[in-house]
Amino acid sequence: MTAVAPSLQTGRTSRTRTTAKPKGAAWARRAPLLPALLFTIVVTQIPFIVTVVYSFQSWNLVRPGSSHFVGVQNYVDVFTDSQFRVALLNTVLITVVCVLIALLLGLGLAILLDRKFLGRGVVRTLLITPFLILPAAGALLWKTTMFDPTYGLLNFVFGGDTDWLSEFPLSSVMVQIIWQWTPFMMLLLLAGLQSQPKDVLEAASVDGAGRWRTFASITLPHLSRYIQLSVLLGAIYIVNSFDAIFLMTQGGPGTASTNLPYYIYQRAFQGFDVGQSSAMGVIVVIMTLIVATFALRLMFRTFDVSRGVK
Amino acid sequence: MTTHTQRRFGRASLTVVTWVIAILFVFPLLWMILTSFKQEADAYTDPPKLAFGPTLSQFASILDRGFLPYLANSAFVTVVSTLIVLLVGVPAAYALSLAPVPKTSNVLGFFLSTKMLPIVAAIIPLYVISQKTQLLDNVWALIILYTAMNLPLAIWMMRSFFLEVPTEMIEAGRVDGAKLPLLLSRVILPVVAPGIAATALICVIFSWTEFFYAVNLTAARAGTVPVFLVGFITSEGLYWAQLSAAALLASLPVMIVGWIAQNHLVRGLSMGAVK
Repeated sequence: MTAVAPSLQTGRTSRTRTTAKPKGAAWARRAPLLPALLFTIVVTQIPFIVTVVYSFQSWNLVRPGSSHFVGVQNYVDVFTDSQFRVALLNTVLITVVCVLIALLLGLGLAILLDRKFLGRGVVRTLLITPFLILPAAGALLWKTTMFDPTYGLLNFVFGGDTDWLSEFPLSSVMVQIIWQWTPFMMLLLLAGLQSQPKDVLEAASVDGAGRWRTFASITLPHLSRYIQLSVLLGAIYIVNSFDAIFLMTQGGPGTASTNLPYYIYQRAFQGFDVGQSSAMGVIVVIMTLIVATFALRLMFRTFDVSRGVK
Repeated sequence: MTTHTQRRFGRASLTVVTWVIAILFVFPLLWMILTSFKQEADAYTDPPKLAFGPTLSQFASILDRGFLPYLANSAFVTVVSTLIVLLVGVPAAYALSLAPVPKTSNVLGFFLSTKMLPIVAAIIPLYVISQKTQLLDNVWALIILYTAMNLPLAIWMMRSFFLEVPTEMIEAGRVDGAKLPLLLSRVILPVVAPGIAATALICVIFSWTEFFYAVNLTAARAGTVPVFLVGFITSEGLYWAQLSAAALLASLPVMIVGWIAQNHLVRGLSMGAVK
């Protein structure tokens, strides 16, 4: 985390360094920032440092006093653990598929809502609701009333007696996640659509540009920062998905729908293996950092951070 | 048909299509609401029942099962952590926008990078630390963690709202000899207030719905509404009607707030990118 920040320095901001000002003034300038900065450093960095320490220990919570230093053994174990690889793959799959589909569905819905029609407010209210209900409630709701093999509505509509959660565990979980995050994408993209300058759209139609042409060469470029923002925020939350898996499939059957957050949770709170779950945590953080560095660069370009920095 | 009526017909059918899609999309939710008014025997039938004698007994039994303390915990944790986020975050956003500190982009990068830290990587130390500090199953553990969870995003959001304050207004105020407190209260705060409200709303939603910390760090005493839902399903098997009532009650506060403040929601999520 701290490692990411320095690499982001854009060069433009280096001019902001205060020159020849008394020290007191510089600290007065920093004072409003310090509480937030200190709080965030303490609460987010200390647990992580402790995780790193634990990752070199062999420690089982059910055997008090069992903790001792084992070096990199936990890491070796994680890399030879085939379940870890399954969980990693599932995490990537869930994140990529859910973000993409939710984005496309959200875009479609946003386009439908970006017109004046009877009951637009009501439709928008309906559509944002899956984002507002508790994800835990959403997961339980899909598990029972939708996916249940005997009484579920899916089998009632499509016929048959498919046991969705055990035959298609990963897809079922993804359906629920997509359902929950599509409204989020829709809201953001709708905001983007509605902030389009009307005169440019009118000029395009005067110039005889068709709907597709206008969409491709005016709307999409305008939407790009909204799309980036929805992908980034959506990915941050979806990569950490836990509720849906915990409540709908418990990662199963076998490891079919286990993702990394759930697998680490399992090792820690059911296997009580502090050392190995910590090592997995560290590996996940390192992988996330690599991805996040690219994401942050994108974010900085999109939101021109140097703005307001004089 | 003339092109005019054709176009009108096209628009009307698009409206119908939009309505149908919207209703299909929220159908699971509508079904949940319907189920919460059923007797258990009507809740799972094959084929599903649409006609039934509605009852409020499921809601009554939810309250009997001790739902209110969980609701109170959720409300307390959400309100207090959101207040702390604003208290600490507003000055920080100010320091990163209107009176920028050196290396602003590094600080912003640091804040956002903490959002990308997988929360699961910190859960074991957090569990051990809470245990040692007597904060396990204590609402203050959640308040601290939710504040840390929402603060980075809140600072980013509020910063973009602060940047919308026209510099000319601030300069004009300065020329007129206004000092910082006056500038803040007369010029800056009125402009950023809607943005701060939008940010608070997002924090409320994310705190209220948070699941992972709540499930792992609290139990009966400090449990929030998601914890209530979990205990529900593991303890007594499936009671669909009661579960639906619980899910509805647990979601209702945030649902209502979000419905009322839809426009704030959009502003907050798009980090002020909507003008």
